Amino acid sequence: MAWAKKILRVNLSEGSVKSEPLNMEWAQQYLGQRGLASKYLVEEIDPKCDPLGPDNKLIFTTGPLTGTMASTGGRYSVVTKGPLTGAIACSNSGGYLGAELKMAGWDMIIFEGRSPEPVYLYISNDKAELMSADGIWGKSVWAADKIIRAKHQDPQIRIACVGRSAEAGCFYSAIINDLHRAAGRSGVGTVMASKNVKAVVCRGTQGVGNIKDPMAFMKATEEGKKVLRENAVTGAGLPQFGTQVLMNVINETGALPTRNMQEVQFKGASKISGEAMHEPRKSDGKPNLTTNAACFGCTIACGRISTIDKTHFSVENKPQYWGNSGGLEYEAAWALGAATGVDDLDALTYANFVCNEDGLDPITFGATVGAAMELYEKGAITKQDTGGIKFKFGKAEVLTKAVELVAAGEGFGKDLGLGSKRLCEKYGHPELSMSVKGQEFPAYDPRGIQGMGLAYATSNRGACHLRGYTVASEVLGIPEKTDPLVTEGKAGLVKAFQDATAAFDSAGICLFTSFAWSLDDVAPQIDAACEGGWSTEKLLELGERVWNMEKEFNLEAGFTKADDNLPPRLISEAAGSGPAEGKVNELDKMLPEYYAARGWDEQGVPTADTRQRLGLS
Amino acid sequence: MKITLKLFATLGVYLPTHATGNVVELDVPEGTTPDEVIDRLDVPGDLVHLVLLNGVYLDKNQRSSRVLKPGDAVAIWPPVAGG
Repeated sequence: MAWAKKILRVNLSEGSVKSEPLNMEWAQQYLGQRGLASKYLVEEIDPKCDPLGPDNKLIFTTGPLTGTMASTGGRYSVVTKGPLTGAIACSNSGGYLGAELKMAGWDMIIFEGRSPEPVYLYISNDKAELMSADGIWGKSVWAADKIIRAKHQDPQIRIACVGRSAEAGCFYSAIINDLHRAAGRSGVGTVMASKNVKAVVCRGTQGVGNIKDPMAFMKATEEGKKVLRENAVTGAGLPQFGTQVLMNVINETGALPTRNMQEVQFKGASKISGEAMHEPRKSDGKPNLTTNAACFGCTIACGRISTIDKTHFSVENKPQYWGNSGGLEYEAAWALGAATGVDDLDALTYANFVCNEDGLDPITFGATVGAAMELYEKGAITKQDTGGIKFKFGKAEVLTKAVELVAAGEGFGKDLGLGSKRLCEKYGHPELSMSVKGQEFPAYDPRGIQGMGLAYATSNRGACHLRGYTVASEVLGIPEKTDPLVTEGKAGLVKAFQDATAAFDSAGICLFTSFAWSLDDVAPQIDAACEGGWSTEKLLELGERVWNMEKEFNLEAGFTKADDNLPPRLISEAAGSGPAEGKVNELDKMLPEYYAARGWDEQGVPTADTRQRLGLS
Repeated sequence: MKITLKLFATLGVYLPTHATGNVVELDVPEGTTPDEVIDRLDVPGDLVHLVLLNGVYLDKNQRSSRVLKPGDAVAIWPPVAGG
């Protein structure tokens, strides 16, 4: 068993920490990380609770492969009820914090209640204690990280922290670990700040034991690494160009949502692409991209480390931004760029740095700025609302000012911190929020990639690319090519991606392995590490069980079939260019097929047979 | 006739020196297929993974059978992915 078999339960209201055994019966049904923590959440909270109230819980969770020698085995997730959506939230992050938590001997941390004063949790192996956050509350993630390191005098501690935006109540604040890795979506950082928790600080030196069959595990993980190494995408494409290589791919495909999804292609795409990040700039001859980087145990290394041109307006006289930090990934570059019409690579990189510095989800932030720009250009908001800023599409200075305001929770930044749904409702145009269940779309227009429309509409955490990435099939041909402009077969495709993804997310490994690995590659690794006979079939069933469990939480929280929908723009305003010109998303054709494929009734409710088959009680 | 060729990611090195960014306009004979354009620039076949003609995917058979028209845009990538 690669589970540590221990949970750290932190009652913030009482100020107590205690160890309790992991429920191993549940572990056999839900494996770990996303699946197992979601099981704890649905068992322990009222789905109707206030996400920012003391009755919500916040779970940091690892998977059984986290901290092991399995490639990419450094993942952790944060599971809670999300304030941006009111739906179940599960945000996954890499870096080193997850592995450190596991090596300290913990599968999960469950935060409950609310601390009367700001605190942070310090873990050193078996020892855990709540410490005063005096001196770090009110600071950015980057500033707090420095202070915590100076205090503990241990260069090897790992830190996950929330920034000023979360403290100010921004609805899409992230939890940032290792300075620039993020449990990014749905406002999990906002929940952490609402509990008066500033940071989780961890040091673990115990390694990960409990491997069921160490020799078989070494063999299985090495075989997995060989597959990743020899695959052209995970062995070469991702390390060289990162996810940002998609900017030109998706633009050429005619599915790059532009200016709040008014268009599907962006003229400036090449200027903010992965290729552009390699181009030497005029001022110092260096490219935006400094190097690639890997998270714990990763043999892909898709991460981007970047610098900003010191002469760029965004960082003039700000030497704190002149060094290397986490650079643009595709989704962030899209949201900060195409969604706002801004094609200034350095401005996007600066905005991305600030999102990391103060803990913001760059997807929701960028998409919300795009929505604000459309509201402004329609006259629904004015300079009086924005504090004098002309919120026009394409203005880099607006983007960089906006991120500073949201980071600090000041001025119009408070409105932008609402997210696009609440912002557009406040200013009388709810139809201009490009979101599902309150969460903004990522970087694929569902008019040009039909399956993604269904994936967004049915995603349990609101619009998301990481719950069913049919782009892999519809655009990239992984595992096999399907036509992005047709609806036939997409219900089954979306379901297959959703279930498999839930299994990957419950294991402690990175979803990007799935560009090379199928569950046939994952199952032997889990089976060698964990007792229980983990076959591909068992993992697929686990994925389907997790999906249905999340769905039932949302139904109990009050979501209905009406929430499995897309904004009117995407089903009534046709794409204006590219291969999808003249097309809308045909969700109405796909959704009934999807419900049937899932074994749900016409209202999208799992039937008794489905619940029984999956062992959901 | 003139067509536009776009070579992205690591394929950029196979573009002629006068290319701007990842794009070049080429003069090709009538009847040219995408595969013939790829051969002309010596792009190794095993690096040609994703081929779009005016944004629409071409499978391997179509790359050798589809006849290009004036103004067509062919975009090519090695194996890539993201998300």
